[in-house]
Amino acid sequence: MMTRLPVWLLLFLVMLVGAPLSGADPPRPPADVSAADTPDDSGSSIHVTWTLSPDDGEGANNLTTYEVYRSGSPEGPWELLGEEVAGSSEYQDRAQIDAGEIVHAVTDGTPYYYTVRANGLDGWMEASAPEPAKAAAQWYHKGKTPILAVLLLFSALVLYFVQKARSHADDIYVRPIAGMDAVDEAVGRATEMGRPILYVLGLGTAATISTIASYAILARVARKVAQYQSRLIVPNYDPIVMAVAQETVKQAYMDAGRPDLYNEKDVFFVTHAQFAYVAAVNGIMLREKTATNFYLGKFYAESLLLAETGNIAGSIQIAGTDEPSQLPFFVTACDYTLIGEELYAASAYLAREPLLLGALKAQDMVKGVAMLWLLFGAILMSFNLSWLRDLISVRM
Amino acid sequence: MKREVPLIIVFVTGVVMALSDFVPHQSIQDIREFMMSWLQIIGVLAVGLGLVSLTQVNWIKVRRKAEGWPYALITLLGMIIMLVTGFAWDYRDAHNPFQFLFQYALMPIYATMFSLLAFYIASAAFRAFKARNTMATTILVTAIIVMLGQVPVGAHLAPLKSWIMEVPNMAGFRAILLGIGLGGVAMALKIVFGIERAYMGRD
Repeated sequence: MMTRLPVWLLLFLVMLVGAPLSGADPPRPPADVSAADTPDDSGSSIHVTWTLSPDDGEGANNLTTYEVYRSGSPEGPWELLGEEVAGSSEYQDRAQIDAGEIVHAVTDGTPYYYTVRANGLDGWMEASAPEPAKAAAQWYHKGKTPILAVLLLFSALVLYFVQKARSHADDIYVRPIAGMDAVDEAVGRATEMGRPILYVLGLGTAATISTIASYAILARVARKVAQYQSRLIVPNYDPIVMAVAQETVKQAYMDAGRPDLYNEKDVFFVTHAQFAYVAAVNGIMLREKTATNFYLGKFYAESLLLAETGNIAGSIQIAGTDEPSQLPFFVTACDYTLIGEELYAASAYLAREPLLLGALKAQDMVKGVAMLWLLFGAILMSFNLSWLRDLISVRM
Repeated sequence: MKREVPLIIVFVTGVVMALSDFVPHQSIQDIREFMMSWLQIIGVLAVGLGLVSLTQVNWIKVRRKAEGWPYALITLLGMIIMLVTGFAWDYRDAHNPFQFLFQYALMPIYATMFSLLAFYIASAAFRAFKARNTMATTILVTAIIVMLGQVPVGAHLAPLKSWIMEVPNMAGFRAILLGIGLGGVAMALKIVFGIERAYMGRD
């Protein structure tokens, strides 16, 4: 004889059993799991990829994360390496630092097996890479071939034109750079007024290209100052830049035959703080009443603070930087501005040495090639032809 | 020999650093890191050089009572106070005299200097935007369109502003960048090959 169960108990049992049954399946596993050495790296790294599970973002849409496991043999034991969120289809296996210790290190040449587990609220399913992978270091970064090709071409052109310039230096035309032509005039004016000249090398380090370019102009200015027996003040932001500037100015005074006029205390370190440096240099401008100010090198937000103070003080100002965002400020507040590469060309322009002129010529040639390349590429892309773009695409 | 040794060092360093960009192998990367660590070591040592220079220049001014010597004295005092407080207390602690001076003296002074930029931009813009000739007038009109296009009152100029910024402005900007990029590479090559020697004290 059957006993009648209460309705509430029946309902409870249905809820207990029925609820998990409605979504009880775990997410389906990812497909095409594969592992391979990470290309173009220094080794100790394996790149694991997979195709998303059919339940990742669609299907049952119950996948939460992917877990990546590694083992030295196909049978295990498996070591959990890390977790990727739903939607991810790759994992970079390399040494990690956990609580100050290196964990999950990858040894070059050792075969590793990988499994990717698709996790859901209702369980998991996994798939393994069919083949083991070995990490290896590469001796050449294939993705940077276009950069290397351009660099080699450029180097070859530089060497070619440098050689050519040795015998035909007079044939090389360099267009006038107004800012450079004004150097002598600016130094002469300061001498006539009996006021010092201020030379600011900017905020770059001694390894900054624009700072290195600025040394050539500093040497020229210093030589003129020594010849005219005027005074040159060079406040520095970087101690190493100061040391090189001291050497440059000293050498220039010696070349001019006036080493006695060189005063090391006029080429000094101020501070390595941007706005404190500006305050100090502005103070020098106003107290010393400098007749000519040079701002040549790397400049940031301080460019206008310096140049506008000099402008208000009535100084002749010659500026130059390779920081494009600061160029408008210099153009507005200074009498002459060297725009970007003009600063780099200054040493060749001033020295007129065949070697430097040759390099300048090569630079112009490459620029011409680049312009033609851009034009050709723009025409091709207008017709939806991307082979030229693909040819020079770089993978870092 | 005095000239050759620096040139050899520059050539070897330049070649290794350029190679390290194309050779990912750890052996080259280790050499690169070794060279970079030297850069840091030299940088740290140079701080001492800077301190000596700063002290010398300012001390002479104070001793001779040169024009503006009180500024030199303040500079020296500021340097000594920051050095002493920096050594005496752990600079990583949030509450100590060093942090107090940094937060409540140095930072407000920096902020004051930076804020001056707004006024300087206004005065520079006033000078730059005078319609003296055709070119200056073009700049003036363009600037007005761009400025108005940024604010609600000139919303109808926003598409024109965007075109100015994204087409002619970007074209000019990229032309400058291209020149700077190529010029930078040329300069680096000249330094590595020993053609450019201005950094050695000669032009």
